[in-house]
Amino acid sequence: MSIKITLKRGLDINLKGEASKTLSEVIKTQRYAIIPDDYPGFTPKSDVKEGDTVLSGSPVMHDKTHEDMKLVSPVAGTVESVIRGERRKIERIVISADNSGKALTHKPGIPQSRENAVQLLLASGLWAMMRQRPYDIVPSPGKVPRDIFITAFDSAPLAPDYEFILAGKRTELEAGVKVLSLLTDGRVYIGTRPGSQFSGISGAETAEFNGPHPAGNAGIQAANIAPVNKGDTVWTLDAITLARIGTLALTGEVPMETTVAITGSEVKKRHYLRTFIGAEIAPMINGNITESGCHRRIISGNVLTGTKLDTDGFLRYPYRHITIIPEGDDIAEFMGWASPGINKMSVSRSFIGHFLRHKKFAPDARILGSRRAMIMSGEYDKVLPMDIMAEYLLKAIISRDIDKMESLGIYEIAPEDMALCEYVDTSKLEIQKIVRDGLDFLRKELE
Amino acid sequence: MKSLRKYLDRIKPNFESGGKLHAFRSVFDGFETFLFTPRSTSASGVHIHDSIDSKRTMIIVVLALLPCFFFGMYNTGYQHWLAAGETQFPFWELVLYGFLAVLPKLVVAYAVGLGIEFIVAQWRNEEIQEGFLVSGILIPLICPIETPVWMIAIATAFSVIFAKEVFGGTGFNIFNPALITRAFLFFAYPAQMSGDNVFVATGPVLGVGHQVADGFTGATPLGQVATCTGGDLSVTGITGNPISTWDAFIGLIPGSFGETSTLCILIGAAILLVSGIASWRVMLSVFAGGALMAWLANTCQTPVYPASMLSPIDQLMLGGFAFAAVFMATDPVTGARTNTGKYIYGFMIGVMAILIRTYNTGYPEGAMLAILLMNAFAPLIDYCVVQSNIRRRMRRAKVKA
Repeated sequence: MSIKITLKRGLDINLKGEASKTLSEVIKTQRYAIIPDDYPGFTPKSDVKEGDTVLSGSPVMHDKTHEDMKLVSPVAGTVESVIRGERRKIERIVISADNSGKALTHKPGIPQSRENAVQLLLASGLWAMMRQRPYDIVPSPGKVPRDIFITAFDSAPLAPDYEFILAGKRTELEAGVKVLSLLTDGRVYIGTRPGSQFSGISGAETAEFNGPHPAGNAGIQAANIAPVNKGDTVWTLDAITLARIGTLALTGEVPMETTVAITGSEVKKRHYLRTFIGAEIAPMINGNITESGCHRRIISGNVLTGTKLDTDGFLRYPYRHITIIPEGDDIAEFMGWASPGINKMSVSRSFIGHFLRHKKFAPDARILGSRRAMIMSGEYDKVLPMDIMAEYLLKAIISRDIDKMESLGIYEIAPEDMALCEYVDTSKLEIQKIVRDGLDFLRKELE
Repeated sequence: MKSLRKYLDRIKPNFESGGKLHAFRSVFDGFETFLFTPRSTSASGVHIHDSIDSKRTMIIVVLALLPCFFFGMYNTGYQHWLAAGETQFPFWELVLYGFLAVLPKLVVAYAVGLGIEFIVAQWRNEEIQEGFLVSGILIPLICPIETPVWMIAIATAFSVIFAKEVFGGTGFNIFNPALITRAFLFFAYPAQMSGDNVFVATGPVLGVGHQVADGFTGATPLGQVATCTGGDLSVTGITGNPISTWDAFIGLIPGSFGETSTLCILIGAAILLVSGIASWRVMLSVFAGGALMAWLANTCQTPVYPASMLSPIDQLMLGGFAFAAVFMATDPVTGARTNTGKYIYGFMIGVMAILIRTYNTGYPEGAMLAILLMNAFAPLIDYCVVQSNIRRRMRRAKVKA
């Protein structure tokens, strides 16, 4: 018996620039980077120095507290640079590829014990691609999760279609579920859209989700299946990572290839392309940006949770999406607040644009207002399909009130779940940053 | 527009740190963001933002208030003409008279309030907040037309400083600043602010209008009800003709400047609800609470409390009830913020307003006091709602805190 859940709250943002379902050849770039900031909770220590030769899948960093937890090189080549920031913390390690294709392999076959499965995932670097709640960090190897939640769709604006990316990967997905089942005493849930090819994967409980974004966030799915209580630990991951885990178990190789959706209103040819994790983005977007001449914003990820990149940037975790939109800092808009708003995208019915249900918008990166204290009430609740009083939780976080944070459910959320709250906020607060800081603060205080 | 943008870009350095006009940075910033949508883009977090901002929100509320404002101009003239014993009512002259009568109050309310906001913003090194755009137009709307301008200035200053800025500015205030202004006037100058002589303009303004004979009285319907003795409840207009429910709906009756026309208030309500700026939960439950209390009072009517003899419909249409329900109770900052809380908050306002109006003959109008009272209770209501969420979560947890 599968679970069927319809989420009412949330918001699908209609943006221009969806990727067509065409897949290009593998794009091989010269340089790749591993950026430990993509892995919250991972304190990097370098395993390599500049000039070292690495294989695809060989470790380049380990975690300070759990030395077995590695981040690995996506390609074979040499370490070009180890870039450090404040207090010598590693910012990124750049690998220069040699295209030899040499890879470090592990013993193939589904691990037989929990311990073997843990070791395999930690050593392959795939462990770090999962997340743990509470705190939205890389899972701590010492803890056994109550349940594991896998999302098999991305509902974010212009997000890549997993059904397309993972077509024909059912064997790998099932193998992945077998590995994960070893890791938890509870259940493995897969959250899908109704009628998905991922329904009924053996070993996992399928949960069908109807409704707008953020229905595809694993944390939102968890909150609606079995909420994270105080004292619980659950893991979340996406089906792409699940397929990687399955491939690793079946072949012994760490799959480093990734399919990336190139989207956004400023992209000429919107499509999917194949490359490797951490690739530099310039070869992927060069010559593929519109000639409008406006300033642009390049985002690795979607417009809600992605990371802003420069043109010399690298593909960032979760390595599957690039969005390019206008930056907007070169626009002089006269009395924007008085406009009837045919071209304005808004959840507020005070703009005509709100009523144009099928219109696709091409918004820019402007904040479109100024930061204020919380004035309007009930805005966040409309886009957060969890039993959480977002406004009060945020206030508790801002005032660093640990008891209130706990009792209002901070263990259940991750910044990405509240990205839509940040988007709709009249007061333009940096909600994801507030949540991230709150989670980090809480972890520091309690661990 | 390009030249204006260029001009602003040229003079902008003067206002930045070290510039010679740095002391007016907040003012410049206020005007710049008023004229042009800010160009600042998000550095982290979401890369796109909804088009709604607090300027848009406030301007929609002001827009919703305009029907009441224009009607108030006409009605002020109309009541004045009636009081002068005229039988001809030239539309434009009436409007002009009302406009001239209210203009000083509007200008003073904005000048004093925004002046204080500008100074505080500069002092705190913050941006100018938009909240007073609404308060500034609300103040003349809820005051009797004959309120002296200096009183409005003092009351506005008091409320902006002590009801808003001491708490931290827009978004942090406990009480609605416009209502605090009105309450300040009501309690500080009771002689001038109530009674029969403040609700109808009696002198010419800049040569427009008439000099009404001394001894004229123009009591509001609720004023008449409150002072009514014996069992004979009859509410009359200033010419002595009885006021029908229809008159009260259209609003051609004596009363505070913008509160008389239920029709215009409903137009405003429609704007607020269609745009989604105001909470329908609050608005609906204020009317529900008011109607229920009015019905109860009317069912147990007694000549001791003459207002209990008003029909529930009249109760909702007379005085400031409808205006308060639509524009005052729905203030998101001072009201309840949780959805469940909004129902309770609104309902209690409705009940309290009619309760005070009916059973406390000292106050002919209860809406203002009811909202201020419930402003004080709104955090408590929200606290209870939030606690129920917390209890639900605690019950679920296996590890007890």
